[in-house]
Amino acid sequence: MNYRDLPSMPVAAQSTESITTGDWRTIRPVLNKDLCDRCYHCWAFCPDVSVIVEEEGSFPKVDLNHCKGCGICSTECSKQAITMVREDL
Amino acid sequence: MIEASTGNYAAAQAARLAKADVVAVYPITPQTTISEYVASMVQKGEMNAEFLLMESEHSAMSALIGASTIGARTFTATSSHGLALMHEMLMWAVGARTPIVMPVAARAIGGPWNIWGDHQDAISERDTGWLQFFCENNQEVLDTILMAYRVAEDRNVMLPAMVVEDGFVLSHTVERIDIPDQEEVDAYLPKYSPEFFADTENPMRFGGLVTPDLWTEFRYRIAESHEISREKLKAAEKDFEKVFGRSYGSPVETYRCEDADAVLIAAGAVAGTAKEVADQLRMQGKKVGVARIRVFRPFPSEEIRKLVSSVPSVGVLDKSYTFGDGGAMFNEVRSAAGTLEIGSYIAGLGGRDVPPKVLIKIFNNILEKNRGTVWADLKGGDFDD
Amino acid sequence: MTDFQFPLPKEEYMYPGHSACPGCGEPISMRMLLKALGPDTIMNVPAGCCAVIPGVWPTYSLKIPLIDHAFECTGAVSSGIRAALDHFGKEDVTVVGWAGDGGTADIGLQSLSGAVDRGTDMLYIMYDNEAYMNTGNQCSSATPCGANTTTTPGGKSHQRTKKDVMKMMIANGIVYGASLNPAFPEDFMEKVVTAKGIRGPKFLHILSPCPSGWKFDPRNTIKIARLATETGVFPLYEYRNGETIFTKDLKNRKPLEEYLRLQGRFKHLSQADVEGMQRVLDESIQKLLKEE
Repeated sequence: MNYRDLPSMPVAAQSTESITTGDWRTIRPVLNKDLCDRCYHCWAFCPDVSVIVEEEGSFPKVDLNHCKGCGICSTECSKQAITMVREDL
Repeated sequence: MIEASTGNYAAAQAARLAKADVVAVYPITPQTTISEYVASMVQKGEMNAEFLLMESEHSAMSALIGASTIGARTFTATSSHGLALMHEMLMWAVGARTPIVMPVAARAIGGPWNIWGDHQDAISERDTGWLQFFCENNQEVLDTILMAYRVAEDRNVMLPAMVVEDGFVLSHTVERIDIPDQEEVDAYLPKYSPEFFADTENPMRFGGLVTPDLWTEFRYRIAESHEISREKLKAAEKDFEKVFGRSYGSPVETYRCEDADAVLIAAGAVAGTAKEVADQLRMQGKKVGVARIRVFRPFPSEEIRKLVSSVPSVGVLDKSYTFGDGGAMFNEVRSAAGTLEIGSYIAGLGGRDVPPKVLIKIFNNILEKNRGTVWADLKGGDFDD
Repeated sequence: MTDFQFPLPKEEYMYPGHSACPGCGEPISMRMLLKALGPDTIMNVPAGCCAVIPGVWPTYSLKIPLIDHAFECTGAVSSGIRAALDHFGKEDVTVVGWAGDGGTADIGLQSLSGAVDRGTDMLYIMYDNEAYMNTGNQCSSATPCGANTTTTPGGKSHQRTKKDVMKMMIANGIVYGASLNPAFPEDFMEKVVTAKGIRGPKFLHILSPCPSGWKFDPRNTIKIARLATETGVFPLYEYRNGETIFTKDLKNRKPLEEYLRLQGRFKHLSQADVEGMQRVLDESIQKLLKEE
């Protein structure tokens, strides 16, 4: 990109989805479906919009491209169904 | 319509004629009556603008940046400490590409306190990226504000513009001026229609973080817009002449310079006195002329280079002082001309009148090709009798 | 009715990939706020974490227009945005000024006061992480007594009480005020919806725990936020028509120690310090309950 490609005003409109914050992570949430009662607290409190619930009733999934591994989902899980597991190098 | 008008009344009339959508005001001498006139026009329904009473000049400029980003034509006015307080947001307005137009009733900056006119406030903002126009009379104040909107809002320019009128000398002095009809102004000045504006239908972020990777490129685009504004202003003034029959010779108005032995370069109302003095001196056989810098930003380097190379001796009068080496305008001229053979004259600070007597001394000094910086009206200085 | 009810509206107004630290409280509240307000919203933000989190040009993490500006002028910019929107007949668009505690309680206080005084129809939000966190945890006037920051090293040097901006804003003339805590989403959403429905200057105070500044494990952000209310450190209330109503019980409180001991910024406090702070807190809550 050079100066000719810039807009006349400093406007930004491209979604941050292209930024993969998943590589910040050192620990990763793992869901035990046997324990999950689908309260979706993990979804509600995720700062990174990285807990995906496709439709009401389905189990939450983690968007590992963006999840930063904070672990809030694990702490807030009402059934202790999410454990944080260390990432491999 | 011919009316008796101060510079401030002329500026307020220009805001009305330009149909500013949002006006934000904060009082400061000698600008205050501009805000008062606009308040009165809005209250009487003569002007359909949102009128915001701010709690500081910094906030006035901030509010207009917000309003301009929504797509509004915006107006405020300030002076001196108010302009200095705005400094941060003046920079922001440039980077945000918000074409705010603002008259500045130019005044000294304290301390100690001084409420009278000079150019220190406006000159001190020369690095912000605002377009800067200096006016010689009240008609020019009104006309320049209209032209400023046209240039500033051009999609290839998108820069804010400052229209400088000398504090008190113009802001509070009554002259006969022609206030144009609304229809004529409407024909001259199109509605503001930016390429981008904050809109819930098309969500974007305005002014977010830019890293070293592209910061230079964004700054370059601003510099490029400054360059483009040169031709846009010439065109705007040409069209203005067609509609209103007046023009000002942007960016540098030359007066009896063609065969001159000495030329004084100045900006603002003092150039009017200098022209009269030049006439007197010519009657005494001294071939002198005046070049008035009407556009200070972008600086008319090409025009100045041509002028300086065509006359034997040149001096620059600054109504401000830049601590360093000579006046700010002098430094610009010297840099554009590429010669050290230019004199710097400081006069008219903090409201001190610059009478013909002082200007005659300056012209004679230029004719004698004196160089260096002269504080031309300093009590106890080189020119003191 | 299904067994699986979303605790919040499903619609998202935030993209993943933004620049907040792991476990940051700010995007949790931002996400909830926008779910409550919907797409007819224009926001302005000053310097601070809130200017960094939405991403680096040309990327942007929110699905509403956002206008950036300098540190001290959030209220003023909101006034300008509001004026222009009104001028163009867009009275239904909600204007949100979103600023941190430094940008509100300190450098932006004048501009906020001006905007309230002008009667600007806006939702001003102070997301409060209790220090200048974007520059790396320097003390602000919203930093609580005893907290360690880089400019109050050891924490003991900071003996002032937190500036009560809400009280100042009530005196200034807001039409609605409320404290919000992302650990209580229902209460949070309700207050935002209420505020949206009232014309005039509104002030919301959101508690925004900061893992890096408060020094706690990022997994505990919501836990700590919840404890702040449960211990009475951050009471949840609503101010309207001259009355303050507490929206979460203040009478049965957990010990303050539970809140303090989870955070490294308070780790230097002795047991006696903690007991002293508990007494001060109890007294201030007794006063609040009398005022209600």
